[in-house]
Amino acid sequence: MTTTARSLVIEKELPHPPEKVWRALTEGSLIEHWLMDNDFQPVVGHKFSFRSTPVPNWNGVIEGEVLVIEPNSRLSYSWATMGMKSVVAWTLTPTKDGTRLRMEHSGFRSEEDAAYKGASYGWQKFIGNLERVVGGLE
Amino acid sequence: MPATSGAVFTALADPTRRALFERLSREGELTVRLLTDNSGVSQPAVSKHLGVLKHAGLVRARHRGRQTHYSAQPRALAPLVDWMSYYSRFWHDRFDRLEDLLKGMDQ
Repeated sequence: MTTTARSLVIEKELPHPPEKVWRALTEGSLIEHWLMDNDFQPVVGHKFSFRSTPVPNWNGVIEGEVLVIEPNSRLSYSWATMGMKSVVAWTLTPTKDGTRLRMEHSGFRSEEDAAYKGASYGWQKFIGNLERVVGGLE
Repeated sequence: MPATSGAVFTALADPTRRALFERLSREGELTVRLLTDNSGVSQPAVSKHLGVLKHAGLVRARHRGRQTHYSAQPRALAPLVDWMSYYSRFWHDRFDRLEDLLKGMDQ
């Protein structure tokens, strides 16, 4: 565990051209098939919701805003639920056989607007240490 | 989403509360007064934030005389680690579904 952002990365080689993968990532009716019911539009600044089945203590709604659209190449949106903001970023790289698809879900953004002067320690660094802290408790 | 994580996420979503929690994690047990000094936040506001952190199990209050001493409870952070494993399962599952969808799509 490093002291940089805590994030989840998944990378896969897909035997499909980037244009096709892009459609699956950005067309609402296709997103619905593999991710969630949505009102997504591939327009920077567009605000949307992903909706899944509510469970106890979670209404199943994820609020997002499109941050980056570079057709067939890069897509990024915010991902907010339960008062927690995160960012999902997709990168498509053409390969000989199709596409290398990379997804990075950054769990926490550093807050620039910390109202409290004691916040110099840095939230990202703090989160980076969480796993070690919790892991060391047992 | 793990059911127990809601209060922890809500508590830590606020930058002032995060700063309070970080400071208690770093410096050990502190009074409301020490937490308020040089913070730029009023004492009632600090007390209110500490109440939210306490409700989430992130801090513990110990009364001694007229002072209340607060300390961090890092064990309450466990849901944040669960959050990572939750989303790891979630995205691996969605990648599988995405691959199934792509197989069925026209070029």
